[in-house]
Amino acid sequence: MPAKTDVVSNEIKLQLYSLLYKTRATEDRIIALYRQGRIMGGVYTGRGVEATTVAAGLALEKQDYLFPIHRDLGAHLAKGQSVLNILLQYLGRGNSLTKGKDSGIHMSDTTLNIIGNVSHLGAMIPVAVGVAMAKKMQNEKVVTLNFIGEGGSNIGDFHEGLNFAAVHKAPFVLVIENNQYAYSTPAHKEYVCNRLSDRAQGYGIPGYHIDGTDALGVYATIKKAIEDARNGKGPSLIECLSMRMVGHSAHDDAFYVDKEQMKKYEKKDPFLRLEQVLRKEGLLDDKQIKRIQDTIDKEIEQATDIALNSPLPEAHWAAEGVYAE
Amino acid sequence: MAEITYLQAITEALREEMQRDEKVFLLGEDIGIYGGAFKVTKGLYEEFGQARVMDTPISESAIIGVAVGAALVGMRPVAEMQFADFITVGFSQLVTNAATMHYRYGIPVPIVVRAPSGGGIHGGAFHSKNPEAWFVHQPGLKVVAPSTPADAKGLLKAAIRDNNPVLYFENKFLYRRIKEKLPEGDDVVVPIGKARLVKPGRHVSLITYGSMVHACLQAAEILNEQDQLDVEILDLRTLQPLDKEAVLSTVERTSRVVIVHEANLTAGIGAEVAALISDNGFEMLDAPIKRVAALDTPTPYAPVLEEYFMPNPEKIIVAVRQVIHF
Ligand SMILES: Cc1ncc(C[n+]2csc(CCOP(=O)(O)OP(=O)(O)O)c2C)c(N)n1
Repeated sequence: MPAKTDVVSNEIKLQLYSLLYKTRATEDRIIALYRQGRIMGGVYTGRGVEATTVAAGLALEKQDYLFPIHRDLGAHLAKGQSVLNILLQYLGRGNSLTKGKDSGIHMSDTTLNIIGNVSHLGAMIPVAVGVAMAKKMQNEKVVTLNFIGEGGSNIGDFHEGLNFAAVHKAPFVLVIENNQYAYSTPAHKEYVCNRLSDRAQGYGIPGYHIDGTDALGVYATIKKAIEDARNGKGPSLIECLSMRMVGHSAHDDAFYVDKEQMKKYEKKDPFLRLEQVLRKEGLLDDKQIKRIQDTIDKEIEQATDIALNSPLPEAHWAAEGVYAE
Repeated sequence: MAEITYLQAITEALREEMQRDEKVFLLGEDIGIYGGAFKVTKGLYEEFGQARVMDTPISESAIIGVAVGAALVGMRPVAEMQFADFITVGFSQLVTNAATMHYRYGIPVPIVVRAPSGGGIHGGAFHSKNPEAWFVHQPGLKVVAPSTPADAKGLLKAAIRDNNPVLYFENKFLYRRIKEKLPEGDDVVVPIGKARLVKPGRHVSLITYGSMVHACLQAAEILNEQDQLDVEILDLRTLQPLDKEAVLSTVERTSRVVIVHEANLTAGIGAEVAALISDNGFEMLDAPIKRVAALDTPTPYAPVLEEYFMPNPEKIIVAVRQVIHF
């Protein structure tokens, strides 16, 4: 059951809308740069999952720690990351957050309390629990939040990390982005329990199963879990059901995906859905929508320009920084 | 001066570092009231409380992952593996997260993972492992393996104060078997990356570490009596980073080298040391480099098999005679 959405303020609703647009537009730009051969490696986007990732990122307070994974560009943005830093990172520039040393959105920003991921699915769960435990030991009311896909939820670290968090009442929230496909593998070949959120019972923690395409419902539910964690009630598991609306990565045409299911979810597009609600509530009209989108388009345009003109790393940097001083 | 065991030296280092720095805390299985499977943390729970001597579920990956997370935000966790063998469960957290975090993100990961390692105790294939070479192969990790109480204490202190992930292989065969007089409450930190000349000699160098330092000492004594050989012994102490200078200078003095380790032979530390010498000291050698190590098999259980499997003074002596008579 999602939490009641009437707690979501108008200001938050508009922020969610802007962030959903910004996420989509930035990812579209990244895909374009990839097709032009300017971005190397894999490009994984969050289309279809954006409401979950954006709302989770926005529900965290400044002092809280975000542990995003491969489709969570929206969460980076919601936690305050700039489009410019994201593009610099994808383009492997010398002035990017990882100085060209890591790819995709594997990037940390200690000024924003964002810790980037490794590719190994599930590997960040224990680490996020560790930050939560340490903050508790330091008597700070800080919550950490990490994501996992329905596919990744079958990795051992999911179990070890969540059980550890439950035993030690770590202020931690784990969000399952159930987008029904793990690369080419449909969910029913990944697990056969009814709902992944039911696993929470096995750890003795609250589990929620909600519509991951409804930004307002996701925000309200995750907000509640975050505040519960902050108030000493321990971790929660939140399963957000959505649909991956593109291939696994930019090279994949997703021929294997059930077309009927795709059609059904086209009607639940998280961005258009929120736009409709906000129009109905009188919070948005054509003029405001244009203003919001124009501002973001301009920001992306400028960021692209700066990023493409930014220096590449110097080759010898490759040998540096393996060890801390 | 009190005489303490190798095991007590580890406990003392933990206690003193926890007293010195409240950011230091311990986590692991059964380390609290029980004091750990080998009683290394005995008494620390009573002294520092359950928050700093944290009993965990049986979850090596989570233990190491949680340690990494805590280190990211300023803590200095020391994780205990109940046996070094079980580090395999947390392998990915070490090589994927801990080892690469500073290179990719510039964030230090000051964790120590204590791993009771080694055979000779009839523990069989899963309670005897010496897995250090796996980790030496991963840039971003430091690896130490003390052989004496003084080094056990001093290297653990250095490991805890280091800003990098350090794997600390403590040899459980040595736990209660060797003692040394150490000044009480001394704060000697043994620097990571520095080998120790155990015994100078003129005829041949034994380059070794961990439990095999003691096997080498026995071999040296016999070789002195029976062959009138003056054997030099170098204890590497740190396996990553290797003390290249110390390795090359012992080669320079004796021109003959036998590398000895308890871990199995293939792609072990011995291979790396041999390559280092071949690269930088080829002209100094008067004989090919020999390695003495465990067989390339899982550790067998029955004492007669395990004895056959393990390196020992007799095997070291055979190898030394080969390089001497080359
Ligand atoms: C441990 C591990 N195994 C395999 C992979 C390769 N891989 C990357 S993403 C992916 C599918 C992930 O599916 P899911 O967790 O459901 O997340 P989604 O991509 O659908 O958001 C796979 C198999 C990996 N990154 N890590």
